[in-house]
Amino acid sequence: MAEPMRIRATMAGDLADVKVLMNHPMETGTRKDAKTGQLVPAHYITEVNAAINGTKVLEAAMSGGISKNPYLGFKVKGPKAGDKIVVNWVDNTGDKNTAETTIG
Amino acid sequence: MLAAEWNKAAFEAKGMPDALKAIGATGAADSHDILIKAPDIAENGSVVPVEVTSGIAGTTSIAIIAEKNAFPLVGTFDLTGGSEGFISTRIKMGQTALVRAVVTAGGKSYTAAKEVKVTIGGCGG
Repeated sequence: MAEPMRIRATMAGDLADVKVLMNHPMETGTRKDAKTGQLVPAHYITEVNAAINGTKVLEAAMSGGISKNPYLGFKVKGPKAGDKIVVNWVDNTGDKNTAETTIG
Repeated sequence: MLAAEWNKAAFEAKGMPDALKAIGATGAADSHDILIKAPDIAENGSVVPVEVTSGIAGTTSIAIIAEKNAFPLVGTFDLTGGSEGFISTRIKMGQTALVRAVVTAGGKSYTAAKEVKVTIGGCGG
């Protein structure tokens, strides 16, 4: 069900610059389907966690107010090139996804 | 796996004061050390890039609020383990409004806001 998620993490000076792109419809539950006139059920990511080498660096909570196919960018001091970053999300239906990459 | 409970009361709050209250940031002090980068005019309210940089030492959390959305609180971002006081994302805006950032640092709340004019609202329905 869950589509792939993309992570790009690169060192810029002493900061790891992390960019995450998730595939998700982020339906608020208040939008009506143009054809049927019915409300489209709420379907959005509620939580995103990121960890570098097992240390949590970001814990995000979100609503349907985040745009479709959510983008998150953040910067972390301390990691080195080659460190592993893992990102996972869970949505309001219990669906989840995880992805990892090494910092380049 | 996911440590904190999703703050239902905060995300379902229908006005800015209630949203602020639910995240424990009522009475947040205005701060010039919070920089909000967002377009002055967003033609498409369904995708509004917002970048928040906090220059406040010891920033542990950033919340983003679109004041006139049906549900104003868009997201909260807890920064730990060496994360800088910075978050970049894209939000939906129903109409022209202030985009507000609430920063938590040393147990205190600070805030700043920037107006974004929305040409076509992006909350649908």
